[in-house]
Amino acid sequence: MSADSVDPRLPEPDRPWMMRTYAGHSTARASNELYRRNLAKGQTGLSVAFDLPTQTGYDPDDELARGEVGKVGVPVSHRGDMEALMDGIPLGEMNTSMTINATAAWLLALYIVAAENQDPPTPQSQLQGTTQNDIVKEFLARGTYAFPPAPSMRLIADMIAYTVEHVPKWNPINICSYHLQEAGATPVQEIAYAMSNAIAVLDATRERLQAQSHDPGSGHQDDAASDRAQRLMGEVFGRISFFVNAGVRFVEEHAKLRAMSILWEQIGRERYGVTSERHLRFRYGVQVNSLGLTEGQPENNVQRIVLEALAVTLGRDARARAIQLPAWNEALGLPRPWDQQWSLRIQQVLAYETDILEYPDIFEGSKVMEGLVEELLSGAREEMAKVAEHGGAVQAVSYMKGALVDSHRERIRRIESGEQIVVGQNKFTETEESPLTADAEGGILVVDPAVEAQQIEAIGRWRSQRDQTAVDAALSELARVAASEDAGENLMVPTIAAARAGATTGEWAKTLREVFGSYRAPTGVGEAVAAPADEELTGLREQVAQLTQKLGRRPKILVGKPGLDGHSNGAEQIAVRARDAGMDVVYEGIRLTPAQIAASALQEGVHVIGLSILSGSHRELIPAVIEALRESGVDAPVVVGGIIPDQDVEPLEQAGVAAVYTPKDFDITRIVRDIVQLVGERSGAALPA
Amino acid sequence: MLSGSPQTGADLGKRLRARDLSAAPAALNLIESFAPSDREQARELLSAVSPAALGGEAAGHIVGVTGPPGAGKSTLLSALLHTWRDEGKSVAMLAVDPSSRRSGGSLLGDRARIDFDPADKGVLIRSTAAGDRLGGLAPATRTAAQALAAAFDIVVIETVGVGQAETEVADVADTVSVVVQPGSGDVLQFLKSGIMETPDVLVVTKADLGDLALQTRRDLSAALRSLGARETKVVAVCSLPPTCGIEELVDALEQHRLRANIAERRTCARRAGALLDFAAEHGERGLRALGGRREAEKLLATQDPSLDGQALVATLEEAARA
Repeated sequence: MSADSVDPRLPEPDRPWMMRTYAGHSTARASNELYRRNLAKGQTGLSVAFDLPTQTGYDPDDELARGEVGKVGVPVSHRGDMEALMDGIPLGEMNTSMTINATAAWLLALYIVAAENQDPPTPQSQLQGTTQNDIVKEFLARGTYAFPPAPSMRLIADMIAYTVEHVPKWNPINICSYHLQEAGATPVQEIAYAMSNAIAVLDATRERLQAQSHDPGSGHQDDAASDRAQRLMGEVFGRISFFVNAGVRFVEEHAKLRAMSILWEQIGRERYGVTSERHLRFRYGVQVNSLGLTEGQPENNVQRIVLEALAVTLGRDARARAIQLPAWNEALGLPRPWDQQWSLRIQQVLAYETDILEYPDIFEGSKVMEGLVEELLSGAREEMAKVAEHGGAVQAVSYMKGALVDSHRERIRRIESGEQIVVGQNKFTETEESPLTADAEGGILVVDPAVEAQQIEAIGRWRSQRDQTAVDAALSELARVAASEDAGENLMVPTIAAARAGATTGEWAKTLREVFGSYRAPTGVGEAVAAPADEELTGLREQVAQLTQKLGRRPKILVGKPGLDGHSNGAEQIAVRARDAGMDVVYEGIRLTPAQIAASALQEGVHVIGLSILSGSHRELIPAVIEALRESGVDAPVVVGGIIPDQDVEPLEQAGVAAVYTPKDFDITRIVRDIVQLVGERSGAALPA
Repeated sequence: MLSGSPQTGADLGKRLRARDLSAAPAALNLIESFAPSDREQARELLSAVSPAALGGEAAGHIVGVTGPPGAGKSTLLSALLHTWRDEGKSVAMLAVDPSSRRSGGSLLGDRARIDFDPADKGVLIRSTAAGDRLGGLAPATRTAAQALAAAFDIVVIETVGVGQAETEVADVADTVSVVVQPGSGDVLQFLKSGIMETPDVLVVTKADLGDLALQTRRDLSAALRSLGARETKVVAVCSLPPTCGIEELVDALEQHRLRANIAERRTCARRAGALLDFAAEHGERGLRALGGRREAEKLLATQDPSLDGQALVATLEEAARA
């Protein structure tokens, strides 16, 4: 090294990011064993996956929980479950991330109570972790909301106001752009909607903070209270973290993260008057893209995951704080512990074997990077202005949802036409038999169906053994505060009291539903623009026209999602394409019981029913829907799409399903053509093939 | 598709007349169909629920609900549905698709937003395609509304749009309500400029937006006063829990029903519908054979007010041949 050259390395390599695995299934006890094994393998934090009933606020014995208990995560119904889940894991030393939204306040309360009851106990002031708690993206993309928008925002604001004072190391909310990309968002949309969403949360919190920061004991004047609110606002801003996605176009994806950090700082300074550099820093965790993972040649997903991980680690100025990687087989079903270990090892190789942690930001001064960032920033600012025109993120849900459905439709079109290459899916499809999926289960985790019955029995036992009077009192206090007009009353207080008393997840949510009312989010499909008709679609329209003549009415399809799974992208795309093909489409949305589907099919007089399930509950739910249809006197055929393992196809067909589609069937026009053909055959109006 | 023994149009009509709500889905399948055998059955069905067969107009209240996209119609309908059901009234909703007719297909996402109990047999929600014209109603929707009014207490026709849509609905509904959200200037402009006919009830949604909602309500009231439309009631509602104004709206709709001359409106609706059907079937040539649209309207005006739509079409066809 010559005298005037500068060492391009950091004086000390950086510490690796926090490594997590999104995990949980079956029961609290089984998940606890899994967590302990993962920690022993070098994982440095926990990421809890809850099952859908827990995420949406139902107990395992609720009708809507049928088929979903313990499937995509762990059921946690009361403090006993949370204590079992964290058994032997000292919570004072752990950093726990929870993917929980509508019921986040409740799960945090259970966590606080479980920590108090551990030996040795940990006070809430020492707890570290994150609750996802981002409701706008649930309305937009993920579907596990429980309450209408306004009370949902109030719950979030109360939780932020509470944690910033009492659980100061907790990240009360993780603004998610992750799910927006999964729903088809372009990088510009991802940035703009996430930032608009953060603004909505911060505005709501500022309002609650001002109301709640009067210190009742000291009789402070209003000025002091407002200073205190301003100071707390800085803390709040500093505690907001993001949960982002990274796709395989990893250079642009890295630019996206740099753009987000610039925008975030600007919003902090200009809109909220934040001055502390520490508070202004853009902090994010990441789960890389699952949307682009394929069912065909699933081993290729490993390369995709590695490249996506580079997007969030390469440049030091926009590096992730915490990473969890999906498993190679996510498009096939639920990953097993071994599959998840593989993903953890990818992170470890990146952090401990490569040299990425030894350098300052390697993109500094790059014209390409700066240009990309500038382009994304101006696009995002423009889109944020549109959201603001609609009255902010909460009011603009319908607008944003429509825009996402459109972007996703465009993405699928590019893949169908071959403009966008997906290796092993629409190009290079010749393949040898994969040894990875050769075992009896097809290389995935199958949750024991007995788990649901066990959990139903267990919750009955829990209810019979607790002090019912204390539970009743706690829930009625919760209802009182929920109905209170006084913004000075924080919902976290009665929520923690109810957790201590032994109330259940379903009881907490039911109490609030009774006060807040129920809600169904906009679907975005009605606003989706019609696809430009290519040759395929024009041919299909011709077939639909012929079938219409034979039936006397346009062929009509009901599209919906039974169960609690809210991932509606696939169902939405089928609905839009069927419309574009000339069918009459009734889109019924998410979270349907078999009885609802049957009633709708009957009232609407449909010729065929399309159901989508991604949560693994198809074995229980699909036969239940078919039974409900038959009881209502509807004999229209049923087709099913979703993450359906090969070995489940035959049992579904035996139960009466006419056709099953999985992620490898990426050509949506073809699926719709099959459906049209099916209606023709069933109605005795068979069409020429 | 319904299994079991095939049901004749006459049977279904009789069941509707006896207020058997479970006959409604199959009845709608027939009314919507243009297959010749179904058309024959549909005619029998409609005869069974015609004013002549009922001894007067069907008792149900046909309510049109229309407004621009995003005004909050589906949440409003959800709230209205619950209030009507709490009062013990049976409700049929015909939701007309607003989406592109380019492909001929339609897509209704609204059903997903209406919260209903599948075990509740007093509710029927049916998504229907729009007619060929912008904002237009399909002939089946007009016919279906009057048929369902024989069985249901309330029949709602929901359409999307402003400026044209409410005119279409006005041809069918006993009471027309237009839904606007706070701050939307178009409706006000349309109203002032006369592009839009004055509705019977104006609903301002999202009343929880406070000042903006109040301002909108004041602006609309002022515009109505300047047009001399003193009958039109303006109601502000919030449809999301905690709801407000919904009972006031239900009351305003009911008050209008009591005030309005339903028989006259229905007769007009049937005559206008018959003319549309005739024109759709026989085109401009058919109209010319009648001596033009004005002459056709005059001819219809001389007919027995209780004649149902198909009888009126037959009258026109006969006159055209003569």
